[in-house]
Amino acid sequence: MGKIELRQVRKSFGEVDVIPGIDLDIEDGEFVVFVGPSGCGKSTLLRLIAGLEDTSSGSIVIDGKDATDLPPAKRGLAMVFQSYALYPHMTVRKNIAFPLKMAGMPEAEQTVRIERAASVLNLSNYLDRRPGQLSGGQRQRVAIGRAIVREPAAFLFDEPLSNLDAALRVGMRQEISELHQSLKTTMIYVTHDQVEAMTMADKIVVLNAGNIEQVGSPLTLYHTPKNLFVAGFIGSPKMNFIQGAEAAKHSAHTIGIRPEHITVGDGPWEGVVGLSEHLGSDSFIKVDVAGLGIINVRGPGELNVHHGDRIKLAPAGKIHRFDANGLAL
Amino acid sequence: MARAISAQRKLITTIAAWAVALIIFFPVFWMILTSFKTEASAVAMPPEFLSADWTLDNYAEVWARSDYPRFFWNSVVISVGSTLLGLVIAVPAAWAMAFVPGRKTKDLLMWMLSTKMMPAVAVMIPLYLLFLKLGLIDTKIGLVIALMLMNLPIIVWMLYTYFKEIPGEILEAARMDGAGLWSEILHVLTPMALPGLASTCLLNIILAWNEAFWTIVLTTTKAAPLSAFIASFSAPQGLFYAKLSAASAMAILPILILGWFSQKQLVRGLTFGAVK
Repeated sequence: MGKIELRQVRKSFGEVDVIPGIDLDIEDGEFVVFVGPSGCGKSTLLRLIAGLEDTSSGSIVIDGKDATDLPPAKRGLAMVFQSYALYPHMTVRKNIAFPLKMAGMPEAEQTVRIERAASVLNLSNYLDRRPGQLSGGQRQRVAIGRAIVREPAAFLFDEPLSNLDAALRVGMRQEISELHQSLKTTMIYVTHDQVEAMTMADKIVVLNAGNIEQVGSPLTLYHTPKNLFVAGFIGSPKMNFIQGAEAAKHSAHTIGIRPEHITVGDGPWEGVVGLSEHLGSDSFIKVDVAGLGIINVRGPGELNVHHGDRIKLAPAGKIHRFDANGLAL
Repeated sequence: MARAISAQRKLITTIAAWAVALIIFFPVFWMILTSFKTEASAVAMPPEFLSADWTLDNYAEVWARSDYPRFFWNSVVISVGSTLLGLVIAVPAAWAMAFVPGRKTKDLLMWMLSTKMMPAVAVMIPLYLLFLKLGLIDTKIGLVIALMLMNLPIIVWMLYTYFKEIPGEILEAARMDGAGLWSEILHVLTPMALPGLASTCLLNIILAWNEAFWTIVLTTTKAAPLSAFIASFSAPQGLFYAKLSAASAMAILPILILGWFSQKQLVRGLTFGAVK
């Protein structure tokens, strides 16, 4: 079981309201990602759920039990930290065994669980090493191992991949997703990387200034963002926003078009190519269109356009409409 | 050119360092030298350096005249005891200051440290009367408490500095893993701060061992440590420099040996956290 309910959870540090009041339901077995820009309160929210920070008001219910005032150890949750937070003076085996030792588990059962976790995480050959003798990826696996041996109600991940290099990050991302598939335990994952959010989540919670902007599946957020913030935050490169006469044609204050929903060739918008990036699989170009400003375009394959070219663009996908308050129409 | 200047600077620095070291070491060296001279040779003017009559009589007489092992044992009990008692109080205090600091934590630390700047003699009368009332005069436990109180600000300050270097996330991980406060301190914080704890212990043992003011004021015979043992050789009949030097050499020898073998640990501990 791992159902978590937040009811009007508020957190303030002195005069500053970091989380003004949040309601959220996380279902058992869900992979939920908290995403948002730096300082939006996503890590604070995770720490509130973990019990590492006290709530200023509101309640946190875990599996039907009010856990608001429970210490971290009593909440039945496990956490993986950004900095791995391994115990440097203990071997991998002792690191993984630590929560079991604290729970007073018999040594024989500890050994069984450690061996099982090590085998799942490919750590069997490293059990007698210390964290200092491991690579970043291996350390992160140890941190995950320490979390899974406890068989917690839910896993909390606080930007666990941000210290890894790009290639390792992709590999670990897949490993965590596979782990979720096999364990089917609730996972709450904090990241500022929307690619991680889109690829891993069953449900994404977009946070901004301590408020939830939208909750939904990755594709719901992509296709039907509730407001300008979510529309701009989800998707890479970010959505183009156009105001003025062009928006008025669509009876909106602002319209949004994703870069991948614009074609190069014939079209009503004409402009000069500024920056062009050719990745082979995709081409990213910035076009300065008179009256509209800089328009980002993402084309499949190699677009034969370069800096200074004059080209025409046409919207060729969904046009998102927003009112003067930034809400989707 | 740059290399030449660098070499020259290195030479000057080395000479300056040796000069300072020799100036600091000279009194100790002279004391050890004097301890092997006769009383006449020890006070001879001009001072005799190599022409003195070397003798071991001073050591033999000091050993025969006093109960050195008792003084030595008292020093061990008092310095180790006061350090351990200080740790028992300082570890939780430094933990609280490092990991759950309040708005006034820094001020509190500064205030604690500032008490070390107060002349000890200022509290001599009240402390003496208090100890007299409590029956702690000339007891080892009394000196353990007194020296612990004297050195507590330094112990707290040093441990605070070491604890600040330990990432808070590791302690949070321990809390998530089910560790209570004492398990967290015992299984995670203490082993991680072990180098810092070791150098704090060493420094405080040395400070307590060398403490002379309180050990002389608060003891007479039973609990007197080696500092009082040295003082006992400055008799009202006059100073016997050679015997006094022999007694001093015997008193500092154990701590000198401890310091010599732990100098690496001491330097590492004292510079811990200085460079990030």
